[in-house]
Amino acid sequence: MKFASKLALSALALATTAAFAAGEPVIGLITKTETNPFFVKMKEGAQAEAKKLGAKLMTASGKKDGDTAAQITAIENMVTAGAKTLLITSSGDAILPAVKKAQAKGVQVIALDSPFEGADALFATDNYKAGILIGQYAKAALGSKPAKIAMLDLFPGHPVGAQRHNGFMTGFGLKAHDAKSNELSATPETVCAGDTDGNQAKGQTAMENCLQKNPDINVVYTINEPAAAGAYNALKKAGKDKGVIIVSVDGGCAGVADVGKGVIAATSQQYPLKMAAMGVAAGVEYAKGGKKASGYVDTGVTLIAKNAVAGVDSKDVQTGTDLCWGKK
Amino acid sequence: MSTVKDRLPPLSQLGPFIALAVACTVFGLTTDNFFTAANFSLILQQVMVVGVIAIGQTLIVLTAGIDLSCGMLMALGSIVMTKVAQDFGLPTPLAILLGIGATTLFGLLNGLLVTRIKLPPFIVTLGTMNVAFAITQLYSSAQTVTEVPEGMTWLGNTFELAGNPVAYGVVLMVALYLATWFWLRDTASGRHVYAVGNNPEATRLIGIPTDRVLLGVYVLAGLFYGIASLLSVARTGVGDPNGGQTENLDAITAVVLGGTSLFGGRGVVLGTLAGAIVVGVLRNGLTLMGVSSVYQVLITGILVIVAVTVDQLSRKGGR
Repeated sequence: MKFASKLALSALALATTAAFAAGEPVIGLITKTETNPFFVKMKEGAQAEAKKLGAKLMTASGKKDGDTAAQITAIENMVTAGAKTLLITSSGDAILPAVKKAQAKGVQVIALDSPFEGADALFATDNYKAGILIGQYAKAALGSKPAKIAMLDLFPGHPVGAQRHNGFMTGFGLKAHDAKSNELSATPETVCAGDTDGNQAKGQTAMENCLQKNPDINVVYTINEPAAAGAYNALKKAGKDKGVIIVSVDGGCAGVADVGKGVIAATSQQYPLKMAAMGVAAGVEYAKGGKKASGYVDTGVTLIAKNAVAGVDSKDVQTGTDLCWGKK
Repeated sequence: MSTVKDRLPPLSQLGPFIALAVACTVFGLTTDNFFTAANFSLILQQVMVVGVIAIGQTLIVLTAGIDLSCGMLMALGSIVMTKVAQDFGLPTPLAILLGIGATTLFGLLNGLLVTRIKLPPFIVTLGTMNVAFAITQLYSSAQTVTEVPEGMTWLGNTFELAGNPVAYGVVLMVALYLATWFWLRDTASGRHVYAVGNNPEATRLIGIPTDRVLLGVYVLAGLFYGIASLLSVARTGVGDPNGGQTENLDAITAVVLGGTSLFGGRGVVLGTLAGAIVVGVLRNGLTLMGVSSVYQVLITGILVIVAVTVDQLSRKGGR
């Protein structure tokens, strides 16, 4: 009833909501970008699920990661257009006030992939766990040799970057911050750290500089697979591509192919399609008069490695290829 | 002929070289492995893409313009050349020419919009930046092009010079800087670039076709971005649709650190090279010191403000 009285405050919102009320449920999907294969896959998953369940899907995105202004505009437009559920991969906390306003109008807001405060529910990869898996793998693959680790991060202050980084260190058996921290841990074993922006050219530059700092690096943690490809290129040019263990996170098709080629030793694969499909299903459920989704649902992460190591569960490249996102 | 040069205060010319010397001294004293030939070779390879983009940017800034599209054009060029080679099996030289042709064409478009429709360069290149980004994403389906012919990565290889590795691409970059420096300093058409930046109206009145000079500058800049595309492919071994996103501001940073005035008409292209190297040295040295990358951003920001302040003060003094 409170919901109805709030609606009455806005004639426009009332009109548009009424127009859609009788028809199919409207669900909005707002991603960080339109072009990253990860979000392309997410959109595909949402569209397929919406078709299956008879829902209308609206989509929008920012121009690049961090483009919160475009996301805020999309939130406002979609609420005005009658969306009852918004699925958002947040580009930053600047969207929070717009999210609150939408929720006040009775809209269910679900965070996909990237957590943000105040979301009704979060469907996402456990990035800390993704880090732990590759940390455990790297530790087992390295064996008893003393570890000299290069940490190729995203950029400072990003929660996902910190979770993967600190998770990796924990999995490796090093002392690190917990999953809630946004700070990047460091120990004597992590001999070098550099930023990559998740970008191949910058990953290469960061690795080159790290090799100058310590030519004996034998483990490389990378924030994602493009950064890993860049790191490998730097190692190859320095004649050190053999015997250095590169681990990564994502499970995109290009990255899984790199695992097959031995460029990346192991990667933690995540599942954007599943996040989106679950989000749409939750939206349809809510539109039917059901409850809002709540809490955190782990959409799963699988360690993909060409060579399995003792004591660490992993799946082979074929399995990774079957489940990868992007162009095979 | 020499009036423009005489008015240049020594500080804005020497500034980037002083900053470079200071940074090198600090890193040399605080780290063990900074002062090695191999490390300097690496830093030069790391700045060669932005370095060549910044030549084009310098030309445009000298005409009191600015180019926001340069980084995206570089990405577009590298996607075009790698993708036409991969998809249609075109011979490498032809594929490279098509890539450079794409960026040059965009340079021409920028130039036409600036000279014919008299739009401000900032807005024109803001538009073409977005157009180039979208085309790059659509044409590549946002996928990295990984099958790159060997001939396209040759410039990324190194040869030994007195026992030290030198990348062919770095030699090309230095050659392009020297050629541009000579052209701007010692030829009539080069001096016209300064003249247009200093006072377009007076330049037009003495019979120099300002629009043609401007158009030429934008086309030439597009050509430099195309060469940077090739260098980027050579360095990374792939065509990356997500490249070039920060290179526009990186190039402007190099130009400003290099002492070229954002008001146009004053500056030396070799300063831009020093400016680009300063950024690379900071990134490399701070990594060697184990300092967080945030400080690199902080120091670069401060240096930019100092450089612009020096320019502004010297400009006032010149009046």
